[in-house]
Amino acid sequence: MKQLKNVIFGLLSMISMQTLSAQTTVKGVLKDNKENPVSGASISIKDSYDGATSDSTGKYFFKTSEKGSQVLLISYIGYKPIEQAIKLEGGVLTIDATLKQEINELTAVVLSAGTFEASDRKRAAVVLDPIDIVTTASANGDITGALKTLPGAQQVGESEGLYVRGGTAAETKTFIDGTLVNNFFYSSVPNVAQFGRFSPFIFKGTVFSTGGYSALYGQALSSALILESIDLPEQSSANLGISVLSGSAGYQHLSKNKKSSFGASYSYTDLGLAFAVIKQKQDYSKAPAYHSGDANFRIKTSKTGMLKYYGYFSSNKLAFTTNSIDSIGYLDKFAISNTNIYHNLAWKENLAKKWKINLGVSYTNNKDDINSGMQGLNKNDVVLGTLEFKKFNVDTKGNYFNAKAVLEKKLKGLSAVRFGAEYNYSNDKLVYTDYNGQQYPSGLKEHIKSVFGEADVYATNDLAIKGGLRFEHSSILDKTNIAPRMSVAYKLSKGSQASLAYGIFYQNPERKYLPSPNELTFMKATHYIAQYQKAANQQTFRAEVFYKKYDNLVKTGTIGFTEGAINNNGFGDAKGIEFFWRDKKTIKDFDYWISYSYLDTKRDFLNFPFAITPNFAAKHTASLVMKKFITPWKTQFNGAYNYASGRPYYNIQKTGQDYKFNDRGTIPDYHNVSFSINYLPSIGKKDAKSFAVYVFQVSNVFNIKQTYGYNYSYNGYRKEAIVPTSRMFVFIGAFISFGVDRSDEVINSSL
Amino acid sequence: MKKVVFVFAALLMMTATFAQSEKYIKAMEALVPAVDTTHSMEGLTDLANSFERIANAEKTQWLPYYYSALCLINKANMYFQAQQPDKIDPIMDQAEPMLKKAEELEKNNAELLCLKKMFNTGKMMADPMNRYMTYGPAAAQALEMAKGLNPENPRVYLLEGIDKFYTPEQFGGSKTEGKKLFEVAAKKFETFKPASTIHPSWGIGQVKYFLTQE
Repeated sequence: MKQLKNVIFGLLSMISMQTLSAQTTVKGVLKDNKENPVSGASISIKDSYDGATSDSTGKYFFKTSEKGSQVLLISYIGYKPIEQAIKLEGGVLTIDATLKQEINELTAVVLSAGTFEASDRKRAAVVLDPIDIVTTASANGDITGALKTLPGAQQVGESEGLYVRGGTAAETKTFIDGTLVNNFFYSSVPNVAQFGRFSPFIFKGTVFSTGGYSALYGQALSSALILESIDLPEQSSANLGISVLSGSAGYQHLSKNKKSSFGASYSYTDLGLAFAVIKQKQDYSKAPAYHSGDANFRIKTSKTGMLKYYGYFSSNKLAFTTNSIDSIGYLDKFAISNTNIYHNLAWKENLAKKWKINLGVSYTNNKDDINSGMQGLNKNDVVLGTLEFKKFNVDTKGNYFNAKAVLEKKLKGLSAVRFGAEYNYSNDKLVYTDYNGQQYPSGLKEHIKSVFGEADVYATNDLAIKGGLRFEHSSILDKTNIAPRMSVAYKLSKGSQASLAYGIFYQNPERKYLPSPNELTFMKATHYIAQYQKAANQQTFRAEVFYKKYDNLVKTGTIGFTEGAINNNGFGDAKGIEFFWRDKKTIKDFDYWISYSYLDTKRDFLNFPFAITPNFAAKHTASLVMKKFITPWKTQFNGAYNYASGRPYYNIQKTGQDYKFNDRGTIPDYHNVSFSINYLPSIGKKDAKSFAVYVFQVSNVFNIKQTYGYNYSYNGYRKEAIVPTSRMFVFIGAFISFGVDRSDEVINSSL
Repeated sequence: MKKVVFVFAALLMMTATFAQSEKYIKAMEALVPAVDTTHSMEGLTDLANSFERIANAEKTQWLPYYYSALCLINKANMYFQAQQPDKIDPIMDQAEPMLKKAEELEKNNAELLCLKKMFNTGKMMADPMNRYMTYGPAAAQALEMAKGLNPENPRVYLLEGIDKFYTPEQFGGSKTEGKKLFEVAAKKFETFKPASTIHPSWGIGQVKYFLTQE
């Protein structure tokens, strides 16, 4: 009974305490660790309504009728919340606090040295939007075309690929969803740059590294192009495209529960019509024609998991003749047919305890059949004495398999460790048939096994360090390398940051130099990069200086009767400064960027007599890209101007034991002005069932003569300028998609 | 005797809960009218924080979460009007968990769908060129669902009107059509009765403002 009394008394006193309390005043000042006032922070007593918001001087003040031991909560976005035990006993309680910045992606410094990113993420390395890739006038709807307007990349027009900071195109490697892509471009044709095989619309993120890239990637001396494929589409849709060059159709299906999708598309491109109107330098007996198809599926395997498949098939043929430089009155014939199959399967998933896994496999099968020879003026095949070697067939078959696994563990804040392994298998078979039918088969199998690890450490929001290490073993070289990588970024002020990157990069000698009777090793490049970036309110400025040292480049010489790799005694270096400025703000609805690169590079490799500036390196390169959307016309105007100062050219011939210059000089400066119009009549019509984009594009608007270099006759007596296949080119097309507004996406999609 | 004590204790607890909800309503009643009249960034931050405190203390009421998110989204819109779109995302990051919590507590509510529409439109405005394909349809869908659930809700027409009003004509916008929608909204406001004193009733001020705009 006595106990019960106590219970009732206790309950009663609890109620009375709530009503009879005196108030306590809580006040204080909030600052951050740089002594700046924090305004707008929320201060509250846990589980009560009482609290306040700090004012512009960081001060707060409130009255509470809560009593006794309580918890004071202070929180503000971007800062670590503070919980402090307090005792409320009436009177005034002063609690000052210093808020510590929370490390998060929106405010943290970004390791951006040597990195250009095109994605919809909001961070410092992002200088392009995904849509920029397709609306850059000089890009012709090609991914690498857009990247060539960024500092670091050369304007090389006579062959495909990205020539970065004094490196060859082979020194840039491309990765899709983590795995290496072989044959990213259509097979090479002499003096005609080929397009990339993949539509820019299958990628949502592009990272273009001009140096100092992560230990997750290897086998590229200069640059890594890292592409991330799109996830589930917004909606099911079908699309059709028709242009002067091609026709295409595709369908994407999104399941009802929006957890999986599949799709396929097919396109046929035939340049015959365009070449009939726009005169080409070459005389085509078979104008380039391409069949290509792709298929994909994407499945959400869990809330955070995603399985993606992308498969691609293409088959193309072309054949042409040009006036022979070696013998007047004859023609040089070149024909190629190519088939390419590519599969990519990637899976990512967040595991327990902040672990994350990325698995990817890809397989490529590539066949090229090249046919070269000479013809008389009436197109009959001929074999001329001393020029017999110009008639040959080369059949190549390549099988490539790549697998990669990366495990990531998130640590505090944005810090993380990553490690994994990669396996690259290649099997190349080649049959060379000479003029009298003699066949010379050869083959090459290679296994490259790699393990790698890296750690990102965010000490504060203002300082980030990445350190990585990569080991590679090549079976054909029977050698191992260890490549350290390192980068640091420091935030100087809001919106501005400085970053440094350092790394050693190894790459096998190109396949055409393997196997060699001489012992070869990895080629090596060492990068040093320093960058300053300021980005604020729709404007980005970037300046970067770099130094790159090359060692163990391949030198070629005569082995038996042919030229091959003789040793790794080649070397070189490249240094330069680059600027990038993008402004979306100053002029309303007008967006432009300017990039400039200064490059000073010399190298001694292949058959160079000594270290010289290679023929693919211009000292000054610049681009101006402009975009303007005129709303009343529903039309976007895109313009671009690309400039490169004259590159050197050489004709190197062997006299006796030595390689000597037979001729050398500098080609004229390169200018190219491109212009495109995209008309989107159905944009904004919410109830429209179909969306159309009309594209009109002109490259080299002013018909300026462009020279890429010179071809020499075998005896070295005659030379001829290498020029684009036509000066000006015009493209007209219409792309219609049914179901969902993908207007922007289909622009140029079949170029 | 035991029984007596039990009943007594139960009674006490009931009054306590009743007192609690009375306190909740009083606190909300003091804040809710300010939603329609606060037009400064500092004021909206303060108001959002006040609602957040109530939300965190109550935990089971969707309205304080709703209002907290609403104040933040209004603040983000002010940044958009001040041509500082880069400020929008961090505020939306604050608003998103509030909206999510409200949605967990209250299903199929036209007011919450209107808020969801405002959230998605706000996210889109931070980077319209790249986001209209994702956030645009999400916003339109939420508004459509809100209209389906309660065609009498005046805020549905207010939001629809704002969209029409600000969208350039070439993209399907129209000032005159926007005005028609504001007139519909004004009519609906005449008959709209919020479920309680603290349920959403805001918007008439904006409707009147837009009706005077050319």
